[in-house]
Amino acid sequence: MNLFEQQAANRRKSRLLIAGFFLFFAWLGLGGDWLLYQATVVNGEPGGYRHVVPWGGIVMAGIAMLMVWNIRRTGADKVLSSAGAWAIETPESPAERQLVNVVEEMSVASGLPAPTLYIIDDPDPNAFVTGQDPARSHLAVTQGLLDLLDRDELQGVIAHEMGHVKNEDMQLMTLVAGLAGAIALLADGTGRILFRGSRHGVRLGGGGGGRGGKKGGGLIVIVLVLWLISWLLAPLVTRMLALAISRKREYLADAMAAQFTRNPLALASALDKIEKQPLPTKAIKHGVAHLCIADPLGWKATRNPGITGELFSTHPPMAIRVARLKAMGFQEAKKGS
Amino acid sequence: MSIVLLVVLVGIAVWVIGAYNGLIAAKNQTVNALKQIDVQLKRRHDLIPNLVKSVQAAMDFEKDTLQAVIAARNTAVNAAAGLDTQHVAATAKAEAALTASLGKLFALAEAYPQLTANANMKQFQEELTSTENKVAFARQLYNDTATSYNTKQQQFPTNLVAGMANAAIAELWEIEDQAEKAVPNVEFRRGA
Repeated sequence: MNLFEQQAANRRKSRLLIAGFFLFFAWLGLGGDWLLYQATVVNGEPGGYRHVVPWGGIVMAGIAMLMVWNIRRTGADKVLSSAGAWAIETPESPAERQLVNVVEEMSVASGLPAPTLYIIDDPDPNAFVTGQDPARSHLAVTQGLLDLLDRDELQGVIAHEMGHVKNEDMQLMTLVAGLAGAIALLADGTGRILFRGSRHGVRLGGGGGGRGGKKGGGLIVIVLVLWLISWLLAPLVTRMLALAISRKREYLADAMAAQFTRNPLALASALDKIEKQPLPTKAIKHGVAHLCIADPLGWKATRNPGITGELFSTHPPMAIRVARLKAMGFQEAKKGS
Repeated sequence: MSIVLLVVLVGIAVWVIGAYNGLIAAKNQTVNALKQIDVQLKRRHDLIPNLVKSVQAAMDFEKDTLQAVIAARNTAVNAAAGLDTQHVAATAKAEAALTASLGKLFALAEAYPQLTANANMKQFQEELTSTENKVAFARQLYNDTATSYNTKQQQFPTNLVAGMANAAIAELWEIEDQAEKAVPNVEFRRGA
C-alpha cells in the first residue's frame, strides 16, 4: 500500500477503535442507568425513588473530564523535567545545529510551527513529543539518538514526531487515558456497590418469572449479567482498547513521516538501528511511552513472544513497522530477516 | 408535505454553505503554501552570493561556473516576483536552472581539498543543504495542498459550487527544465 492508502486505512481503524471505546464507556454508565430505570420506574413501588435522569452516565462523564483536566494540567513541564531534558536555546555544536535545521525542515514540510527543542542525557536512542496544542509543542530527543542516526534517519524520526503533533495524538491519548482512568477508579470503588445492587437485580429478574407481574424480566436479567461482566472486565478491556488505539496512531505517524520526507526508507533504517539497541530508555517515564518513537521499555517489552506481548504494548512490533515503511518505498521486506 | 420540502431545502442550503466554505479554505491554504515557498526561496537567493564569495579565492579557475551561478540566481530572483497559483511554471523553471548550476559548482569543489576540509565550508554546506531541503519540502507541501484543492474543485457534487467560489485550478510545481531531468555529464579533469 502506498503512503496515502496506509494513512487512510490507519485513520479508519483508529476511528473504529475510538468509537468502540466511547460506546463501551457509554454502555458502562448508561447500562446501569437503564437497569435502575427498569427497577424503579417500570417496576417500582409508587412513591419510591424514580431513576429518570441518567445520573450514572453523567457522574462517569464528570469523573472522566476531571481526570482529563488533571492530566492536561500536569502535562508537558512535568514530563520534560522528570526526563531531565534541557532546552536548546542557541545551538552550540555542529550536531545541535544540524538537529535545529532538521526540525525546521520538518516544520516547513508539515506546515506546523517549529516545536521547542530539548535534549535528554540518555545514551539510549529515543524521542518523544508532548504538548496539548499543535502551535505550542515540545520535542525531546536523547543524546543517544543524535549519536546513532545520520541526517536522513534523524529527519525521518523528527517527521514521525511531527506527524503525532499534526494528528493531535497527544490530545487523543489524553482523552483516552482520562476515560480509562475514570473506569479503573470506578471499577475499584463500585465493586461493593455492584454486589449489593446485584441482589436487587436478582430479585427483580428472578421474581419476574415466578409472579409474572414484572415487566421485561428476562431481558433485564440478561442485561444485568452482561453489564456486571462488563464492569468486571472493564479495566482490562479499556486498557487493551487504549493500547490498540496507540498502536494504530503509531502506524499513522509512520505514514505521515513518509509523506513529509518522501523518504520512508530512511525512517525504516532509523527504526532498524534503534531496534538493535536492547537497553531501555531509563530517562523516559512510562507515562509518555505512547508518544515515543520506540517503546522505552526496550527489548523486555517488544520481544515478548506471542499475542499477549503484542496486545499490551504501546508500540507495534518493529518488524511490521519497518515492513510497512519499505512497502511505502516500494521495496519488499526481505523474508526472514 | 410542505415541511418535508422545507427540511430538504434547508439541508441543501446547509450543504452549499459547507462546500463553498470548504473551497475557500482550501484555496487559502494553497495560497499560504505558495507564500511559504517564497520565504524559503528568498533565503536561498540570499545565501548564494555569500557562498560564491567564500569559494571565489580558492576556485579562481572556475570563474565561468561561479558567474553562471550568480546569473542563474538573478534570473530566479526576477522570476519569483511574479509567483502566484496560476503562474508557477516560470519560477519553477528558473529555480531548477539555479539548482543545476549549484550542482555543477559543488561537483567541481570536490577537487579543491582546501575547501572540502575547511570547517567553515562544512558548516556552509550544512546551511545550504538545509536551505535546499526546506525549498524542496515547501514545494512538496504546496503540491500536496494544491492537489487536494484541485481534487475538491473537480469532484462531484462540490464542482457545482466551484464556479460560485471563483475556484481556479492551481498550477503544480513541476520540473520543466529538461536539463535537470537529463543525466549530468561528469568530466574528469587532471590537476587544477
